[in-house]
Order: sequence, then structure tokens, then C-alpha cells
Amino acid sequence: MLQHDILIIGAGLAGLRAAVEATAQGLDVAVISKVHPVRSHSNAAQGGINAPLTDRGDDWEGHALDTIKGSDYLADQDAVEIMSREAGDAVIELERMGVIFSRGEDGRLGTRRFGGQLVARTFFVGAITGSAILHVLYEQALKHNLNVYEEWFVSDLIIEDGRCVGVIGLDIKTGEFHAIWAKAVIVASGGAGRVFEPSTNALICTGDGLALAWRAGVPLMDMEMVQYHPTTLARTGILLSEAARGEGAHLLNSDGERFMLRYAPEYEELASRDVVSRSEQTEINEGRGIDGNVMLDMRHLGRDFIEDRLGYLQEVAVEFLGIDLAEQPVPVRPGVHYIMGGIKTDVDGATVVPGLYAAGECANVSVHGANRLGANSLLDTVVFGRRSATHAADFVRTVQHGSGSDEHLTSENERIQSLLDRPDGEGWASVRNYMAEEMTKGIGVFRDEDSMQGARRAIDAVDRRLPNVAVRNKGKVFNTDLIFTLEMEFMADVAKSIVHGALARKESRGAHFRTDLTDRDDTNWLKHTLVYKDDDESDGVRVSTSDVTITNWQPVKRVY
Amino acid sequence: MKANIRVKRHDPETMQPGETRWDEFALDLHPQSTVLDALIHVREEEDPSLALRCACRASICGSCGMRVNGEAKLVCKTRLAEIVTDDDPVVIEPMGNQPVIKDLVVSLDPFFDKVRQVGPYLQADSEPKSGEFIASNESMVNLLTAMNCIMCGACVSDCTVLEVDSNFIGPAALAKAWRFVEDPRDDVRSERLQELNDSDGGIWDCTRCFKCVEVCPKDVAPMTRIMELREAAIEDGNTDTPGYRHTNSFTKSVRKNGRLDETRLAVESAGYTNVPRLFDLAEIGLRSLMKGKLPPVSPHKADGKEKITALFDKIDPESKR
Repeated sequence: MLQHDILIIGAGLAGLRAAVEATAQGLDVAVISKVHPVRSHSNAAQGGINAPLTDRGDDWEGHALDTIKGSDYLADQDAVEIMSREAGDAVIELERMGVIFSRGEDGRLGTRRFGGQLVARTFFVGAITGSAILHVLYEQALKHNLNVYEEWFVSDLIIEDGRCVGVIGLDIKTGEFHAIWAKAVIVASGGAGRVFEPSTNALICTGDGLALAWRAGVPLMDMEMVQYHPTTLARTGILLSEAARGEGAHLLNSDGERFMLRYAPEYEELASRDVVSRSEQTEINEGRGIDGNVMLDMRHLGRDFIEDRLGYLQEVAVEFLGIDLAEQPVPVRPGVHYIMGGIKTDVDGATVVPGLYAAGECANVSVHGANRLGANSLLDTVVFGRRSATHAADFVRTVQHGSGSDEHLTSENERIQSLLDRPDGEGWASVRNYMAEEMTKGIGVFRDEDSMQGARRAIDAVDRRLPNVAVRNKGKVFNTDLIFTLEMEFMADVAKSIVHGALARKESRGAHFRTDLTDRDDTNWLKHTLVYKDDDESDGVRVSTSDVTITNWQPVKRVY
Repeated sequence: MKANIRVKRHDPETMQPGETRWDEFALDLHPQSTVLDALIHVREEEDPSLALRCACRASICGSCGMRVNGEAKLVCKTRLAEIVTDDDPVVIEPMGNQPVIKDLVVSLDPFFDKVRQVGPYLQADSEPKSGEFIASNESMVNLLTAMNCIMCGACVSDCTVLEVDSNFIGPAALAKAWRFVEDPRDDVRSERLQELNDSDGGIWDCTRCFKCVEVCPKDVAPMTRIMELREAAIEDGNTDTPGYRHTNSFTKSVRKNGRLDETRLAVESAGYTNVPRLFDLAEIGLRSLMKGKLPPVSPHKADGKEKITALFDKIDPESKR
């Protein structure tokens, strides 16, 4: 029988950081991931990781306030305080593990500026910060001989008496499903960008963990808060890091004007992401775009500087567009990048289901509220990855394993068999592409009741089509047709929670900007939206709200 | 744009080990499409059983290493327009030197076993009392060449040594080893170098064919890293190896005679005390002699050898004799 004290779903930064912590506590820990750990999407984080290091004159309150203002006051301030206070230690710890952060003249860690902050407190490794940290955490996993179920796909959680006691996992290489029992499960499975098209996210970002937790009864919180990153490539959605603007790149409209000076006189191109994306979209909508793009201009930075500090951006621009950043500006537009919403947890990663924890992008603690600051996502993963493991470790010492019964595996095998037995028909891809395009139309940079209702109708259509989706490949080994079909079902759940969260919020805040309700409404909507799965309701969902935790910082008008 | 692709297939459930077949697809794609776009199109529209790995689509996750027209590539950043011709299809195969699981998916186990072999994590005796390690930016930026490695396996796929000697630690893992050897924070540099020098399949097994440098999609230049490891190992006192003796004898001979003394090189590389190897060489020598292929025992000297010697003296005056 496969059995561990703690099982972590996902091997990106949150998952590996949790695993390192749980291992240090002397527990039997395993990580399960549908891709090899170093393939995880944490790789794609380019620009850096925020930390207010007090020994160089910064302070946690400054970072906390910037984060809270960035969140448009939707973040829970107790959670933000924890993240800001623990940030310095978290970054130093990564350095000591071996991360090759860029340094200043004095041999100490150097910083660059990032959006929504006037202080330069973003620590970085060129434009490959996520990859550099991920590989070092994987080194730590090797050092500690961490048990990893590599290329195993989690299709279901095992819930007994309201407690999470394990998962059902598919070994992709053999095609066999197995029950893996654990006294605690930490979901660290990342985001859900594939619910939209295009998106900066990897093809693996299908919201699996969000849907798993949701089906287990955990509410998804503030799912309408979908971040559009201001600098993505048209068609493919490939990301060009905010680091470009952090290092001084300009955004230009078709008149060659640095339009951000009008929208954000103080922060200019480094206003928070929702603000920059809206500004870009306004320029485009008002006819000052170029084929639906604005231009990101780095020419004045010089070739050496670009290649030293932004090498990966240059690689992407050259390889994918044939554009040399030192010679030409690059066309960019807002693109889906990150979901602030997620599995509702407390500050220790615990959900309402005992034994079930969440950390990283799939979780909502909430530290990002209605808009995440650049370079706060990596910070979130390591701080709350570690905290979730600490808390889960305490929890597992107080409980016994689940029943070990065969019935969960049997019923999952039956469900999968019935899926494979469906008559030939439409494949998963056409349903996903339809849904993703409709979601991008309906839940865009700008949205209104009509557009969101359009997305809702699309989701209803997806619900009708899904039961007939056929898995045409019947093989066992590496049957990605089956996996993508299961992912499609996860994505449909996530899309539904996004649409219903969005329809519920009757105001504009952060990334949720309604052209039919343009003001923030602190009187009625200083609240989180909570979307529950509820099969008794006509849409299959129930929406409620909860209060935002305010500690030191009263909401004020947000100006950049 | 029109593109014909030819994909090597293997299904372990219906075919014998090693058995393959070729499937050809005629596609019509966006002009900026990559080889990965083509494969995804096939998987979504034509044959859902096609197995491949891919994730980020932006050359950072390292999932999609494959052979395209005979050379290892990340298919996500290989644009079709640059390789499509009217005559021949684009040929896509799984990476080499790694066992195929299905179609374009190979086993990662050998790759990561090699990575494990080099103690791939920072080993510092003591940490600073507070804050970070102090190190120059130059020393850190220097490491970024190797840190750019995304472990895609392209170098391992096309490594000409691994093709004949699966023991070789290989380009990717050795580049990883270099990253720790050169890290000023690491405290086991000598131990690492000695291990890499002494171990079977270590730094001296590279034949300097340049293939890994050519195919690496992230400019890690593993072979250059391996050569740097050799230099570092020698400087650190690891001189009792055929590799070092070979290098030394080679240099000595060219310096002295202006050309290579092949007989002496063979003997000196083996080491004068390495009796079994000397017996082997004697046998090879005898056979060469019988075929008239034994190099002259007393070497010819090159014309103008003084100029060559002078060049050596100039770049390496300390060991001038």
C-alpha cells in the first residue's frame, strides 16, 4: 500500500518548499506531480522575488502597504503582514540553499524595481528567477532523497468522514491508477491559465488542484480576480517579464507616446499590473494601438545591458518573433497570466476540510486580493509553502491514516472505464478551445454584465458537451488523451467558479473592472466572493461572501 | 503555411521493443508555427494517441527535447518556416541515448541518475551568522551559463561518447558539477574535482566533439565546462590520470619537436608503470608494425620547430626549459 505522512500535489516552488520543510520535520513525505519537478510552471517566473530586507533600510510595513494597495484593499491584511515579515528570511534561505541571485558591488544581493512599488526590493537571477529557484529547490529534494511520484496525475482526492486521507493517482507511464494514502494532503498544483486563450501559462496549468479541492467542498475565493499581464505576445501569449519595465523599458502607443505618463504620473510604466493592462487596452480601444498591441521599447537600455540583465527576454524575442530588442520595440498586449483567486485557506494553508491544505497559486490566503504585485507570487509560494508544511506536520501527529479501503480506487477505475467506453465523438480539444476563447471574451481586462453572461452561457454549453467527450486513445502507456480529458473537466469547474465569482461582484476592484459599474464599492463589497460547488443549485454552484480582514491600513483611493 | 512532417512512432503495447514506424502528416499551419505547434495540431486534430512531452511553449521548462532532422532541439523554439522545404518532410524522432517509452517520450531516469551522481547541491561547511553569503557579482554571473541549463537532455541525446559508453556522466551532469565547483560558496571543491577526475565516466571521457555545444538550446556549452573542469582538476593536483598524462605528453612533444610523437604519447598517457596497459599497447604496436602503420619510434621534427617552441615559451614562460 502506498502511504505517507504528508503527500504534496505539485512540485513547483510551493510544493517543493513544503516538501523540504516537511522532510526537515522528520516525516515521511512524498510529492506527486504530473510532470517532472523541473518542468513545473514556476520556471516561467522571470523577474524576481520581493522581500523587504531590513538590513538594507527597507521595512516590512512598506512592502505590506504596497501589496495591500496593489490588491485594491481586497487582501487579508493579517496574511499580508505574515508574508511581508517572513519575506526577508525566505529569500536569504533560498540564497543559502544555493540560488545564484544577482549581487551588487558589495557582494551582497542586489535588487531591481518592480511594479506597484517605488522601492527596489525585487531580488532576481537575470530574467530566469523562477527557473533558478526551482532548480535549487529540486537540488534540495535530491539532497534529502525526497520521494517523488514523477509523472503521476491526481484524478481525485480520497475523503473519508469529511477528512482528506489521500489521493487517487494515475501513473502516466503504466496507465494504472493507485490509491496513495496520506494523513495530510497539500495542494500546490499551480494556476489555471489554460481556462483562457491565449495565456502566458504552460499547457499544464489546468487548475487541477482548484477543481479537486472544490469538489471536496472547499470554497474557491475571489475567482473573478484574473490577472492580465501587460506585456505578453499576441497569438501565443508568451510572457515578456515586468523586469523589462523594472529595468527602464517604456510602453509606447502608435503615436510613439509614453502613454503611462498620463495614466500613472508617479509610477509610470511600473504602476500595478491591472492599471497598466487597462491603460494599454484603453489605448488600443481608442485607436492608438498597432494591430491590437502597444510597443514595449528597450532600445535605450543598450545591447549589453539587455543581454546581461534581461537575456531570456532577448532570447524569446529573437526566437519567437525575430525581433532584436536592442534594435526594435516589441509589440505586446495584456494577456491572462495569473489567478489571484483560489482555494480558500487560512494563514497556515489549512482549508475547511481537515487534512487538506493548499499553497501557491492554487491557494488564496489571501495576499494578492484583487491584483497581485509582480514578484509577490514567488514570495507567496515559499512563505506559504513552508507554513502549510509546518502546520500539516503538526496535524499529522494527531491523526491516524484513513481506512485503506479498496472502494475509492474501485469506483475511480469504474468512472475512468465508463469514460473510455463512451461512443466515439468530439475530443476534449475543441471543447477546451471554445471555452477558453469565450472566457477571454467574457472575463477580459474590461467586462460587463453582458460579457459575463456570455461566458456563463458558454460554460453551460460546455457542461452539455462534456458528458459526450470521447477519449479516442484506448492505450495505457502515456495516454495523454485521457489525461487531457480529465483536465478538461477540471478546467470546466474552474471556469464555472470564475464566471460565478465575477457575476456576483457588483463593483470594480483591481483586476475585476466592470464598464457598467466602474467604481469600487467599499460599503458593500469590501468582501471576498466564495463560490461553492452545490449540485442542489441550478447552476451547480452557490455563492456567498466573507469580510476582508483589515488590520492597519484603511482602504483609500488607489492612485499610481 | 504548408508543412509535411514525418514522425517516428513506437507503441510499447502493440510493438516489439525497438520496433518503430513512420507516420507522415500534411499540415496547414500559421506561418509562425513551431515544430511543437505542428505536433500539438496532430495530437489534437489527427491522432490523439501521439505521445510527446511539452509544457511552457517558451523554451524554459525543458520538456520538449526531440530530434528534428537528425539533431536534438527544443521543438517549442524551432520554427517550421526555417526548416521546411518543398522536397523533404521535417523528420521528428525521440531524443537519442535515452530509452523510448512511447513515440517521442523518452525515459528521464538515466539523465537524472547522472545528475544525482555529481552531488548536485550546494555544500557549505558553515553559513554566515546572518544574511546572505558575500560573493562578487562576477563570480555569480559566471555561474549563470550553467544555471541556464533546463535539463532538456538535448546534449545527452546527441553526445557521441554516450552513444558508445553509457558510463559517461555526460555533458549536462558535468555542466551541473561545474556550477558547484565554481561556486565560491561551496566548500567541497577539491573533493568534487577529485571525484570527477577519478570516477569512471568522469571528465576525461569527453572526446571534445563539440556536439553538445552545438545542440544546447540554452548556450550552456557543456563541453567548455568540462574542459574547465579538467583544468581545475589538474590545478587542484589531480595529475595521476591518463587524461592529464595525455595532455602533458602532447604538449611536451609539440613544444619540443614541433609535432606530435604518437608512440611516446600512447606510452606516456598509459603511464610507464601501468604494466597491463603497456602490454595492450605493445600488442597494438606489433599489429601496426605488421601492417606498416607504426609511427616512427624516434619522431620527425618539424621545420621551424624553434618558432613553435618560442610560442610556447611566450605563453607559458614559467615552465620554460
